[in-house]
Amino acid sequence: MKQFLEGSFAVAEGAKLCKPGVVSAYPITPQTHIVERLADFVATGSLNAQFVNVESEHSAATVVLGACAAGVRVFTATSSQGLIYMSEVLFNIAGMRFPVVMVCANRALSAPINIWNDQQDAVSLRDSGWVQVYAENNQEALDFVLQAYKLGENPKIMLPIIVNMDGFILTHGMETVDVPANELVDKFLPPYKAPYKLDVENPMSFGLLGDPTVYIETRYALHKTLEDCLSMIPQVGKEFEATFGRKGLDLVELYKVEDAKTVIVAMGSVCGTIKDYIDTQREEGKKIGLLRIVSYRPFPKEKVYEALKKIPKVLVLDKSISLGSEGPLYTEVKSVFANKKPKVSGFVAGLGGRDITIETIKDMVDISRKKEVRCEFLGLRPELLKEDFYVGI
Amino acid sequence: MSESDNGHFEEYMFVSGHTACAGCGQSLAARIVADCAGKNAMVANATGCLEVFSTKAPESAWRTPWIHSLFENSSALASGMEAALRYLGKIDNTRVIAQGGDGGTADIGIQALSGMLERGHDVLYVCYDNEAYMNTGIQRSGLTPLTASTTTSPLGAKMHGNWRNKKPLIEICAAHFIPYAATASVGYIQDLQRKVKKALSIRGPKYIQIHVPCPLGWGHDSNLTIDIGKSAVLCGLYPLVEYEFGKLANVFKVPTPKPINDYVKAQSRFKHLLKDEAALKSLQEVANKNIEYYGLNK
Repeated sequence: MKQFLEGSFAVAEGAKLCKPGVVSAYPITPQTHIVERLADFVATGSLNAQFVNVESEHSAATVVLGACAAGVRVFTATSSQGLIYMSEVLFNIAGMRFPVVMVCANRALSAPINIWNDQQDAVSLRDSGWVQVYAENNQEALDFVLQAYKLGENPKIMLPIIVNMDGFILTHGMETVDVPANELVDKFLPPYKAPYKLDVENPMSFGLLGDPTVYIETRYALHKTLEDCLSMIPQVGKEFEATFGRKGLDLVELYKVEDAKTVIVAMGSVCGTIKDYIDTQREEGKKIGLLRIVSYRPFPKEKVYEALKKIPKVLVLDKSISLGSEGPLYTEVKSVFANKKPKVSGFVAGLGGRDITIETIKDMVDISRKKEVRCEFLGLRPELLKEDFYVGI
Repeated sequence: MSESDNGHFEEYMFVSGHTACAGCGQSLAARIVADCAGKNAMVANATGCLEVFSTKAPESAWRTPWIHSLFENSSALASGMEAALRYLGKIDNTRVIAQGGDGGTADIGIQALSGMLERGHDVLYVCYDNEAYMNTGIQRSGLTPLTASTTTSPLGAKMHGNWRNKKPLIEICAAHFIPYAATASVGYIQDLQRKVKKALSIRGPKYIQIHVPCPLGWGHDSNLTIDIGKSAVLCGLYPLVEYEFGKLANVFKVPTPKPINDYVKAQSRFKHLLKDEAALKSLQEVANKNIEYYGLNK
C-alpha cells in the first residue's frame, strides 16, 4: 500500500514486515524515529517482539548478537557515535557469522559534535566484515531491509548487513513509499532457520579462542563469503523484483552511462541530486552519467571497471574522508584502474551535513575540466580557513 | 574423562581437558555453577581466563550451550539470549547464566551488568572474583584488595601495593533491588552449591560473586586453594552474605574471626605485609569493618 512516509517510518515498516523476534536499540539522532516507531509497534501489539531498551549502543549490538545466536531474527538501528561505539561488537558479530540486520542513519562523527549527515560513520566500518548497502531514497531503504535478511540468512552467506540511509535527508524526509503486503513479504522471506544456534537440545560452543593456527582461515572465509555476495546480491534483487514487481538490490546502478563522456561516482541520497543535474545537462547536450555504488561492501570492482573502462573522465564524490589520505570511495575506484584509463579524480563533499547542491556538482565538473584531482574538497568556506581554525573549534 | 570412565558423565556440564592451572579456583567454581544449573541452561561468558582455558578452538570443555563475545558484554549477551528465549516461549524451561571475572564484571562490564539488572532479565550473573586481571598477567582491578601487590600496583619506594579498597560490588548489585545477590567462596563448596541452586530457583536477575583463589596470581601453592578460600572468610576479608530485594538477608557467621596474618602469610601478593606493620594494620582494618558491618561474629 502506498503511504506518504518519512524514511525512518518506512524502514520501521520494513523491519516490522520481517517479523524480528528481538529488537534492541539505544537512542541517537537521527536514528530515533526508527526505533520509536518499532517500540510503538511492540506496544500496540502489531509486532510480536521483545523490545530491549538497553543502556548503550554497545549493549544494543550485543543483545541482538545474543538473541540471533539463540536462533531468533533480530533488528537494530543506530547512527554516528553509536555505530562507532558498537564497532567492537560489530567486528565480533561478523566474525561469529550471525545475520544481524541494522539500519544506520548516516551522520558525521565528533569532533566537533555534529548531528547532520555524511557517511563517515559507516564508511569507517568498511573493514568490519558487514555487508554495506546504501539507499538512495526511502523506498529503497525499506526494500533493502527485506532483502538484507534474505541475503544474510542464506545458510551459505550468514553475514550481518548494514542498510545505510542518509541521516535527516532520508530518515526525516517524506516520500511516497509502497509498503508491501504481509503475505508477499512472508512469501519472499520465510521465518529464520538458523543453521547453528544456542540450543539445550544440541549444545554447541560459540566464540572460541582462535589461535594463530586457525585465525587467518576464519578471516579468509569471511572475505570469500563477502565476495560470494557479489553474485548473491543481484540474485536476491531479482527474487525481490519477481515477488514485488519493482527493481531490487543490485551492486551498482548505472544512470545514463552508456554514451557518457563524464561519469560521476557516488553513494546514497545525493545520487538523486546528481541525476537531476545530469538530466539538465543532457538537455544541453552534455554527456554526463552516474555510477551509483549500492553495495560498498563487498565492493563491486568488476562492475565498476566494466562501467567506466571506456569513460574518458570519472569524478568520484565522497561524503567521508580517510584523513591523511583521500576520499575512501575515490581510493577504491582509482584502484580498479591502476595504470589504466580513464582519468580518475576524487572529491570530498557534504561532511557534517554541508549541503551538496547542483552548484556543488557543477563545481566538481568545472574543476575536473581544468585538472585531474585526487582529494579535492568541494564547497569549502575560505573565510574559515585561517591559521587559528586548525587548532580546533 | 570418557563416558566409560564415569557413569555420571552425563551430569557434568563442564568437563576436564581444559587448560586451567593446577589448583585454579575459578575452574572449580565454574564446574560447580555449571553442574548446579544442569542441562537446561546456557552460558554467556566474558573474555578472561575461564573463556581462554576452556574453549581453545576446536575444543570446548562445555556441555551446555555456551557463547563468548567480548570482555565487557556478557550481561548484554545474556540479556539478548533471555529475550530470545522469552520470544520463543522457552524461558520457563531454560536458565541463562552470564559470567565473567572480577575485571570483566566490576570494571569494564559494570555498565552492561547494571543495565541487565535494571531491566529485570531472568539471568544469573556469576562473577568469579580472583581479585585481579589474571588472564593478562595479574593487573590490578576494582576488586583487588587493599595492599595486594599486582603488576600494576607493584611494590616500590613510593608504592606499597594496591592503594584502594575493594569496590563494594555486592552492595552495588543489591542496590538494584534484585531478588537475590550473594557472595560465596570455593572454600565452602556446599554453601556455594546452595546459593547457585537457590539463585536458579528465583525468576529475575540474580548476582553471585565467588571468591576464587588463583595460585599463579596470588602466589600460593596450588594445593592450598580451598584452605585459602576458607581462610579469607574466617578472617572477615571475604564475608559470605545474601541480599534479597536489596536487604541483607543472611550472613555466614564467623563467631571468632581470626587475625588476617595466616591468610596473608600464605600468599606472595601480601608478603610485604609481614614487614610492613602499617600496611598489615590497614588490611586488618578492612576485615574489622566487614566484621562489624555484617555482624559476622554476632
